[in-house]
Amino acid sequence: MSVTTPSETVALATPDDPATAPASGRRPRRGLIRGILGNRKAAFGAAVLLLFGVVALAAPLLAPGNPSLITAIASQPPSLEHLFGTTAKGQDILALTMHGARTSLLVGFVVGAAATLVGLLVGVASAYFGWVIDDLLSLVTNVFLLIPGLPLLVILAAFLPPGIGTVVVVLIITGWAGSARVLRSQALSIRSKDFVAAAVVTGEHPLRIMFREILPNMASIVMSTFLACVIFGIGAQAGLEFLGLGDASVVSWGTNLYWASNDGALFTGAWWAFVPSGLCIALVAFALAMVNYAVDEVTNPRLRTTKKGRTRA
Amino acid sequence: MSTTPILEVTNLRVEYHGANRQVVAVNDVSFSIGEGEIFGLAGESGCGKSTVANAIMRLLKDPAEITGGQIRFKGRDLLALRGEELRRFRWKEIAMIFQSAMNSLNPVMTIGSQMVDIFTTHEGLSVKQARSRSAELLRLVSIDPVRLDSYPHQLSGGMRQRAVIAMALALEPSLLIMDEPTTALDVVVQQEIMAQISDLQRQLGFSVLFITHDMSLMVELSHRMAVMHSGRLVEMADAELMFDSPLHPYTLSLMNAFPPLTGPRVRLTGLSDSVRAADGSAGSCSFHVSCPPDLANCSGNIPDLREVAPGRFVAEHPRTSIEGTAA
Amino acid sequence: MRFIVRRLAFYLLAFWVSITLNFLLPRFMPGDPVTRMFAQAANKMQPHQIEQLRQLFGLDERPIWQQYLSYVQNIFTGQMGVSISRFPTPVSEVIGSQIGWTLLLGGTALVIAVVIGNLLGILAAWRRGGVLDSVFPPILVFVGSFPYFWLAMAALYLFGVVLGWFPIRHAFDAGMTPELSWTFLSSIATHLFLPALTIVLVSIGGWMLGMRNTMIATTAEDYILMAEAKGLTNNRIMFRYAARNAMLPSVTAFGMSFGFIVGGALLTEVVFAYPGVGYQLLAAVQGLDYPLMQGIFLTITAAVLVANFLVDIVYVRLDPRVRVS
Ligand SMILES: Nc1ncnc2c1ncn2[C@@H]1O[C@H](COP(=O)(O)OP(=O)(O)OP(=O)(O)O)[C@@H](O)[C@H]1O
Ligand code: SF4
Ligand SMILES: [Mg+2]
Repeated sequence: MSVTTPSETVALATPDDPATAPASGRRPRRGLIRGILGNRKAAFGAAVLLLFGVVALAAPLLAPGNPSLITAIASQPPSLEHLFGTTAKGQDILALTMHGARTSLLVGFVVGAAATLVGLLVGVASAYFGWVIDDLLSLVTNVFLLIPGLPLLVILAAFLPPGIGTVVVVLIITGWAGSARVLRSQALSIRSKDFVAAAVVTGEHPLRIMFREILPNMASIVMSTFLACVIFGIGAQAGLEFLGLGDASVVSWGTNLYWASNDGALFTGAWWAFVPSGLCIALVAFALAMVNYAVDEVTNPRLRTTKKGRTRA
Repeated sequence: MSTTPILEVTNLRVEYHGANRQVVAVNDVSFSIGEGEIFGLAGESGCGKSTVANAIMRLLKDPAEITGGQIRFKGRDLLALRGEELRRFRWKEIAMIFQSAMNSLNPVMTIGSQMVDIFTTHEGLSVKQARSRSAELLRLVSIDPVRLDSYPHQLSGGMRQRAVIAMALALEPSLLIMDEPTTALDVVVQQEIMAQISDLQRQLGFSVLFITHDMSLMVELSHRMAVMHSGRLVEMADAELMFDSPLHPYTLSLMNAFPPLTGPRVRLTGLSDSVRAADGSAGSCSFHVSCPPDLANCSGNIPDLREVAPGRFVAEHPRTSIEGTAA
Repeated sequence: MRFIVRRLAFYLLAFWVSITLNFLLPRFMPGDPVTRMFAQAANKMQPHQIEQLRQLFGLDERPIWQQYLSYVQNIFTGQMGVSISRFPTPVSEVIGSQIGWTLLLGGTALVIAVVIGNLLGILAAWRRGGVLDSVFPPILVFVGSFPYFWLAMAALYLFGVVLGWFPIRHAFDAGMTPELSWTFLSSIATHLFLPALTIVLVSIGGWMLGMRNTMIATTAEDYILMAEAKGLTNNRIMFRYAARNAMLPSVTAFGMSFGFIVGGALLTEVVFAYPGVGYQLLAAVQGLDYPLMQGIFLTITAAVLVANFLVDIVYVRLDPRVRVS
């Protein structure tokens, strides 16, 4: 079938007409990666994430030694010596925050990757095999989606031995269903496309179809699911630790907040004890969300906020 | 037919501003429709027919922009209408049946309330009065008024289409735009509906802008017609005359693409899929097979219409044959 | 009707899964936290209370299927053991006395966030590129990036401790007895304000953006174009044609979001010492009160399932296409 769009040639044939000149500031769209790189939201998000990543990696160099050690006078507001102040016990909050980034980001990304992977496997298998397997997997997914997350997190974490490993496992158990649902519906819609049908008819192996035909077309949705899962991981980890269900001896943004609250920072006016860690969680989540929106915008141009800069001819 | 035009479109130009390119969807198009006249607009998919219709209804929005020309209706400048004035004008003077009539009904409102809100908005009727008017309208298109309380998904495709026609006639507009009103229906229902429209038109005397790519359907219904190609008109004439002796090669091929509804069987030639690859240009006309090699692509450069005989307009083309022997 | 029955069966299944999970966790988890609990609390309990808890947590020597049957039976008759942290009150009584506050907080916050968020989304989509569309989303997304409990802490600190505009803990002034009087109700309202505000702030962005995106998709539908051609007023097109349709996915999301809102409410309660089940949950965690933790989990799950079922019924009223088939 030839798809003819003759009117476009009309425009191209009269390049001297000012109305047909490309609108300023709009670059052509070339592929997902290019589109994302050229997006301001994505650039902002990536820069913030990069900054946090570097700080997390370099924390032992920037703030050598165990950050939990008491090294200063207790409850000092920010000063030149302790830029973020000190806790009610006398720990340096800047050091706690930088070291906390290591655990929080690690847990967040591990949970994000694992939950996305589980969701992807379930979603693609569900979409590919269909019928009974799909019904079964969908049922399990929906049940997990329905059971309220935080109470489930709490009872799971309460019965498992405390530790970072438990936190990660528990977050994966409660987090995979959301991604499975999104990825299944995307996989289903790709499954119904002509080129997959063609591959099935020509007798390609199911695994090959899954990995060569279906998966590559899900790149952007997998990416945004992953980002959403990381946001979930970081936030939920902090919530668990804040309730005292994490390992209180590990330094992370969540445990920092737990101790700040336990030490009564709110009532002694020690705002510096709880502001840095909370702000870090929010900044990372916001940066991830920005990258996510950029992915959405690049793949779905209709959502873009249009600028009205044109004049009537 | 009366010849006082109620709609005059002059040098209309519409562009779509894409992310990285501009598309001139309608390029310097002029035509007029007389009172009580059925005017057909034909052309292949994507040539800009719906864009013309939406421009008249003033429904074009953001990526689309009217960048030139005039649209006058009963002497009024439609392009100057704004806000409340425009809202009152729509449906009262010009009503429209959309290309996808199947999807043009709100799925969560009953047919009745979608008819009632026309009367309550435009004529300030009470819901009760509006309902009885709506019931009358449904009867007019032979639908049982109990259907007022049905939801769109509960009606068959043909019924839905007739309900839309009933809605279009609600305020007795002077012009009815029909954008491929029967594309999604099977042939039998299509015939029924076209017959009904033709009856109603004779009864009520409104003018019609009838858009389709189906030439035989168009000739049956229209008084006068125009053929559109790449956003330009290539030919405009009395319907019978054009059908009998098309002047532009594009008209001819469009005609051969659809079998006539009546008459002897003929072999189909016409819009061929085998676009001539010689010129290699993207976005070329699918009619290349029967045009000469030196005319690789005229669609980028269609001249203005010229009156070659009284009421007979054609765009110059090396293969234009005034005698009507383009073969 | 078939739709409703299918959903109901699904919710029962989900509830059964939660009960079973509750049953299995203490029996198959490593480390045996339950024994620890008994070691701490057994000396203050009556023998029959100990016996009941032993049954609930699988420390009796009966075969597992017998344990399971009597467990399910106990749950459905509301016998979830005695609370350790609020000894000797039975778990069901502890929850019963506190779930009301959680429902009040969560419900208020949810309704406000949904109504305002969806309205903002509708307006933003209707005026693409307008102020609402370009200024609000990034701000709300940023606010929504904070953990619930952190925003609660910040609000408590700023408006409660520093400015002193709002009370900083509990659901009503100390020393008041619950009654239907103006002073008591206004005390409840001032105590509710900050916790509800934080939940609204965190969740409103999601509603707004979700609605905006479905609205944008909906406004591209042909029936919107036809409504416009019909010369209807802007408001009627926006609400009765566009928003009315765009709302449908929102209603489904409404059901799904109960779980999140409850989670947010629980954490917010902890910060404000608001006497709902969330605050009790913290006490339960700290006091190794496993019967109460499990009871709260089941109760909240049941509440979320019931809420989802109600949403399904509303959905059927809203979408005629589901109603018939
Ligand atoms: N939203 C849009 N953005 C960019 N270009 C568009 C848009 N809508 C239409 N066009 C372009 O305008 C041209 C004319 O479109 P139009 O819908 O008027 O065609 P048509 O003649 O009605 O076709 P059909 O018979 O398929 O309905 C097309 O070539 C299309 O590429
Ligand atoms: S010259 Fe080319 S573009 Fe013009 S009608 Fe012939 S085939 Fe079509
Ligand atoms: Mg069209």
